[in-house]
Amino acid sequence: MSETQQITKLGMPKWGLSMTEGTVVQWLIEEGTELQSGDEVVEVESEKINNAVESPAAGVLRRQVAQEGDVVPVGGLLGVIADASVPDPEIDAFVEEFQSTFVPEEAEAAAGPEPQTVEVGGRSIQYLAMGEGDPPLVLIHGFGGDINIWVFNQEALSADRAVYALDLPGHGGSSKDVGEGDLGSFASVVEGFLDALGIERAHLAGHSLGGAVAGAFALAHPERVASLVLIASAGLGEEINAGYIEGFIAANRRKEMKGVLGLLFANPDLVTRQLVNDVLRFKRLDGVDEALRTIADKVFPGGKQAGGLDLPALDVPILAIWGREDRIVPASHAGRLTERARIELLDDTGHMPQMEAAGAVNRLISGFLADAES
Amino acid sequence: MARRITYMQAINEALAQEMERDPSVVIFGEDNAGGAGAPGEDDAWGGVMGVTKGLYPKYPDRVLDTPISESAFIGAAAGAACSGLRPVAELMFVDFMGVCFDQIFNQAAKFRYMFGGKAKTPMVIRTMYGAGIRAASQHSQSLYPIFTHIPGLKVVVPSNPYDAKGLMIASIRDDDPVIFFENKVLYTMEGEVPEEPYTVPLGEAEYVREGDDVTVVAIGRMVGMAEQAAEALADEDIECEIIDPRTTSPLDEETIFESVENTGRLVVVDESNPRCSLAADIAARVAQECFDDLKAAPKMVTAPHTPPPFSPALEDLYVPDPERIAAAVREVAGAGARA
Repeated sequence: MSETQQITKLGMPKWGLSMTEGTVVQWLIEEGTELQSGDEVVEVESEKINNAVESPAAGVLRRQVAQEGDVVPVGGLLGVIADASVPDPEIDAFVEEFQSTFVPEEAEAAAGPEPQTVEVGGRSIQYLAMGEGDPPLVLIHGFGGDINIWVFNQEALSADRAVYALDLPGHGGSSKDVGEGDLGSFASVVEGFLDALGIERAHLAGHSLGGAVAGAFALAHPERVASLVLIASAGLGEEINAGYIEGFIAANRRKEMKGVLGLLFANPDLVTRQLVNDVLRFKRLDGVDEALRTIADKVFPGGKQAGGLDLPALDVPILAIWGREDRIVPASHAGRLTERARIELLDDTGHMPQMEAAGAVNRLISGFLADAES
Repeated sequence: MARRITYMQAINEALAQEMERDPSVVIFGEDNAGGAGAPGEDDAWGGVMGVTKGLYPKYPDRVLDTPISESAFIGAAAGAACSGLRPVAELMFVDFMGVCFDQIFNQAAKFRYMFGGKAKTPMVIRTMYGAGIRAASQHSQSLYPIFTHIPGLKVVVPSNPYDAKGLMIASIRDDDPVIFFENKVLYTMEGEVPEEPYTVPLGEAEYVREGDDVTVVAIGRMVGMAEQAAEALADEDIECEIIDPRTTSPLDEETIFESVENTGRLVVVDESNPRCSLAADIAARVAQECFDDLKAAPKMVTAPHTPPPFSPALEDLYVPDPERIAAAVREVAGAGARA
């Protein structure tokens, strides 16, 4: 490094297409504290969800520029990280320089890439594409989810390769007709999706039911799967929280839905009113009730996973990520892949590690994909 | 981003989608089909403001123009609803509703009750309300409190395009008579609206904005006014929690009470006249149910107790605006805790 010591900006992150600003909830680290790259520094609340912002660099947290309660535009200055040896006046000059020149992006420009649709087997499938580079990574959400569950991951992971997130039939912006609604039918949607986009071979990452879908596709077409990332995945055991599945289908009011969604996280406070509203808006679309009912009856009949996937037999690299406090699919199911997969269990994390421990999950996936490609 | 359309387009789309889904849905009213005595014109106007435009060419047998007799066609709607159809009748301006109160209050609202629950009356009366378009006293009133007063009716007052579509679909599918209040100034308001059909349940309020200092309950067009006021107040460190009841009957009291339990302060913004208004009703319910939580007397921001004026200068003063709302919130926020 040259004489000028590096000063690193801790900026307001952009979580999802619609985020234009965030509110500083709480500093998790005091000024003057030494920190490592990846340490959680400050808790931020967007419209949709709360999360911790991680340090982009090692150093000392020299300034907490934004105060608790401040609303800061995406890209705006939250704090400053630099080595302890950087003199205070340089830090002050950096802050002043930044604040006097920073212009928040217009809402339109800040919106970033928009979801697109492609026709697969007579259905319209919505997807969001980011980044470039082969082989791409395809993200598959679980029961009741959509592309937005990857809001903390897709952009970060797209630094190294193209990343596609898709809405399964019955979900998000895709057609609500789910056909058979079983793993096989979803796996053929994934196949059709890859064909339609001209993707020969991809890394697949699936969350919960999406993990089982990815696994079913990999068993049917191992030659098209570069690697498999299974996050809190179905398909590895019999148990599933039937109360959650039935509660999700039945909940029609905010209060019930908030309780149900709280089961997804180790810390239920992460469920914001906006998240509850978004899920209810989805559920109130015509056809969604029937779609969810059909899927639940097919893949979780009698409150148990239908199963039948021999994932350990797969000849592709597998990474399994689980939150130890998963209340939907027990973390013990990862044991099924012992000696077959890289298994990572995360503390203080529930069924949504990609949201609740986004930074850690992003690093695990990036590292794993790089290894799988080497 | 989701598609953006206007409040008027959202209502039109809800009508079109329900007509497509359910052949028992019929539409009638003055000028709903063609207007100007012109059923059959493809480019027919579609109601006085054009909300039903485009429906007649698609469903010529199910979009009907009626004679200029509100008492006749509202009565016909009640009868049709009892005998198997799902009529959506348009009564141009709510101000004209007086000539058919019997059909609504004594007939439609009472069938289910008087026939021991065996009769259903799945009808919707669409109507316009509100001041702001220089249409004078007999075309500018906000009369939803009168209908809210009558048991047996459901009353819907959407504040934005998303709710307008979802509430209209829910109203058509509902088995009770629904009076659907469209604010004529909001017709051009744009917002994100899914293309697919969806419902917004009758009787569930929306949190428009979260805040810990003052609960602001606002209805219809007043929701946007309250949002503007809240923006300004946020700069003064007063955080408003804005609640949009969306339907005044049934009224989601639970959500309002929950918010007041947190803030201890209430302002109700209602475009109607103050006496026996929604503002008066909500303020009274909160005073009864949340008395121990209140740190200040609830305040109402309403039109004055006068007819809507024809003079544009006076009409502009008549409708509650963000400044008046902000002033009321400041007063309530500044009032000290009761002993």
